[in-house]
Amino acid sequence: MKTWLRQHLAALRRALRRLWAAPLNTLLSLLVIGIAMTLPAAGYVLLDNLKALGKSAAGVQQISIFMQAGAGRELVQGVEAHLEANVPGQWHFVPRETALNRLKATEGMAEIVASLPRNPLPDAFIIEPRDAAPETLEALRADFSALPGVTHVQLDSAWIKRFDAFLRLGKLTVSLLAAVFAVGLIAVTFNTIRLQVLAQAEEIQVARLIGATDAFIRRPFYYSGALQGALGGLAAGLIITLGLEALAAPVAELASLYGSTFTLQGLSPLLLALLTGIGASLGWLGAQLSVSMALRQME
Amino acid sequence: MIVCSGLTKRYPGGYEAIKDLSFEIAGGDMVFITGHSGAGKTTLLKLLSAIERPTAGSLIVNGQNLAALRRAALPYLRRNLGLIFQDQKLLFDRSALDNVLLPLEIIGLPPREAQRRARAALDKVGLLDREKANPIALSGGEQQRLAIARAVVNRPTILLADEPTANLDPDSARQVFDLFSAFNQVRVTVIIATHAPHGVPGRKPRLITLDHGRLAP
Repeated sequence: MKTWLRQHLAALRRALRRLWAAPLNTLLSLLVIGIAMTLPAAGYVLLDNLKALGKSAAGVQQISIFMQAGAGRELVQGVEAHLEANVPGQWHFVPRETALNRLKATEGMAEIVASLPRNPLPDAFIIEPRDAAPETLEALRADFSALPGVTHVQLDSAWIKRFDAFLRLGKLTVSLLAAVFAVGLIAVTFNTIRLQVLAQAEEIQVARLIGATDAFIRRPFYYSGALQGALGGLAAGLIITLGLEALAAPVAELASLYGSTFTLQGLSPLLLALLTGIGASLGWLGAQLSVSMALRQME
Repeated sequence: MIVCSGLTKRYPGGYEAIKDLSFEIAGGDMVFITGHSGAGKTTLLKLLSAIERPTAGSLIVNGQNLAALRRAALPYLRRNLGLIFQDQKLLFDRSALDNVLLPLEIIGLPPREAQRRARAALDKVGLLDREKANPIALSGGEQQRLAIARAVVNRPTILLADEPTANLDPDSARQVFDLFSAFNQVRVTVIIATHAPHGVPGRKPRLITLDHGRLAP
């Protein structure tokens, strides 16, 4: 166990030495890997932010219940009792006279309202449910429509549905992008590790002659690939963080113009760890493919 | 202990470098393999170190039949052999000490112990004061002695050397042969392929003379 650990540490040191021995090559491949990982990861962060934005906007989601014209007091009280008993969240009753007065107060509407022979507006309820998930709102609408005296229930959930569909589409796009760039990352590691193997051909041959196992020869290259991938992941994290930093002020300004306190969420430590881990695994995979092929060619 | 019987090596194209060769070498022997150039000396050494596989016959080294050796077992066989090549095969991207450390890194020796043993091996071949030098800065004789230090640092039971003095002046060649006989004194089997065998004082080394791939009569 101790020997095993020591050999792995030695392989890691050897990998670091090889990366360090060609600093420009290493830097360039780190940059390529970092940029390749930036695109899907940035897409993910963007979607995450949009989702948060959507949630905060959905917080003011309203349902309006319109009563039949001429619905009596008892029917209105029936709806009131139903809301009291069944709906978590805020609601209030808007009598038809109040609605008409509000309409009158609206700029330019007073004359039109005055010309009406009678009040055309129905009694209404405005509800702000605490749970604004699209499914909940839909269920509430069906529930309210069935109440006696209710003629129409209006729900502004269409845009939420569209937004949801847009997010799903975005997620799919990011996933496809990630898959494409994963293949790219494997290809980049494949190539750099192949060059490393060829550069070390002499050492590999000598090591074989004096009793090195395949594992001993391959291990440093695996670490090299994994290190490149992991560092590339960190580079992507750095690029995204810098990008978000640059966007933070303009976004805050835009948000304040819309009267919102929305701020961009940065890269979470979990996502950064994930990025690094995925980079390392893909690098390891690329190195494995590359070393197997290069060693076969050398024999 | 090496037992070779009916050993044949045929290269692709049909050329037979070794033909139906049989001999034994006891543990602790010192043997020169000689013969004209093209007689099969290098091929025999490659067979003994499992760089080449026999086409027919059997070749038993340290109790293992190399004709039927699994690829995965090869490294462990090699760790008991010290190989010395005509062109040394030193690595010029590291110091003399690091060259000697490589076999010890391969077996996973703790660094401190490895350094101690590598320095002892360098001391044995008289290169301790050159441990930091790059092998390219060493003379031909020093390079060959460095290669010997790398071959013996693992304490192998068999030393195999292919024309180790071919490119050396007589003095350097003498030093190299003295080293070989010193290792032989401590029961290491030494097998040297050379066209110019040197006598060892007090002992008559055994000769295996090849002629076109067969034992010369």
